[in-house]
Amino acid sequence: MEHALSLFVRSIFADNMIFAFFLGMCSYLAVSKNVKTSLGLGVAVTFVLLITLPVNYLLETKVLSKGALAWLDESFATLDLSYLSFILFIAVIAAIVQLVEMIVEKFSPSLYASLGIFLPLIAVNCAIMGGALFMQQRVGLPATDPKALTSMLDVVAYALGSGIGWLLAIVGLAAIREKMQYSNVPAPLRGLGITFIIVGLMAMAFLCFSGLDI
Amino acid sequence: MNAKLKDIFLGPLNSNNPVVVQVLGICSALAVTVELKPALVMGLSVTIIVALANVIISLIRNTIPNSVRIIVQLVVVAAVVTVVSEVLKAFAYDVSVQLSVYIGLIITNCILMGRLEAFAMSNKPWDSFLDGLGNGFGYAWILIVVAFFRELLGSGKLLGFQVIPESFYQAGYINNGLMMMPSMALILVACIIWVHRSIKKDLQDK
Repeated sequence: MEHALSLFVRSIFADNMIFAFFLGMCSYLAVSKNVKTSLGLGVAVTFVLLITLPVNYLLETKVLSKGALAWLDESFATLDLSYLSFILFIAVIAAIVQLVEMIVEKFSPSLYASLGIFLPLIAVNCAIMGGALFMQQRVGLPATDPKALTSMLDVVAYALGSGIGWLLAIVGLAAIREKMQYSNVPAPLRGLGITFIIVGLMAMAFLCFSGLDI
Repeated sequence: MNAKLKDIFLGPLNSNNPVVVQVLGICSALAVTVELKPALVMGLSVTIIVALANVIISLIRNTIPNSVRIIVQLVVVAAVVTVVSEVLKAFAYDVSVQLSVYIGLIITNCILMGRLEAFAMSNKPWDSFLDGLGNGFGYAWILIVVAFFRELLGSGKLLGFQVIPESFYQAGYINNGLMMMPSMALILVACIIWVHRSIKKDLQDK
């Protein structure tokens, strides 16, 4: 439980998806023009991470890693399918995003309307695939490592923390960009250039969280 | 080579650059640029993958049903990326460890999906191949410039060789550790955009 809590806090601040690993940068830069839509995208990313990571975790521990298929039959104990992980992870993510889209459309049309085009686009958001690949790396770590994911609870905590970290980052940037419309930026830096500098400064601010431990 | 093909190939290197103009593929562009060597390998891998995936999708573009095209594209890309990743593991293991998850993340690199959707789905294989090569090189040169400055200023080396002489350090020169941090990659890209847009004024925002 303590370990899960520590993972949760670390993945929001120290291992922030945007500021430490640059994951999901494309949609981060494209959608952060106003706070309302960026909040919608942030919630959608958190939601999809929270569903896809546990599924991919089951896939990793029960199917893909070396000897994981032993539960099916003794003769599979030496099988190592990890070279299939890219294709399977991305297929799971694409399928789940499609499924989530249909469920949300059916049961909550208002949420569906507010998320709009972002929901299908999340399938190709690097934060989701990156989350799955980092999960795969961390499952292999020894249990004493502060970054190790040893149980389903850890994975859920990691997914939730990463999603909230991404949400915080995008809402923060959107708020700054809204204010910045009134500033006089040098012409070649306007738009993209100044946004990069702001994200760089925010990343520097988040550096103070590195090494954070509970 | 006629004018249209030349434009397809050379456009992405400058006025239609995938990183600084189309804003695609930023994640990996920033993350692998601490040193020059992984940046070179990453640039080369992305170029090969974009070119190959473009050709494959372009060959089968008329048989893909429109409703499932995203999944088909993702599977083709994932297959190509898996092959490249296994090759890297076999012949350049240390670089593949350094690149860690970012090789796998080429699958969700927006350059790939962007080029497949915008170009390969509606053009002939040879044109698509050139478009893939052009975009791959356009991506690679940004990576190489960023990595050059980060490695030179951050650790005084280039490709692992000491470039800044010992006498500089004795005279009080210190490596800029901040260059190794993620935040400086963003600011360096911003500087490239700044220079690029001061030269090409038509790209500036109003």
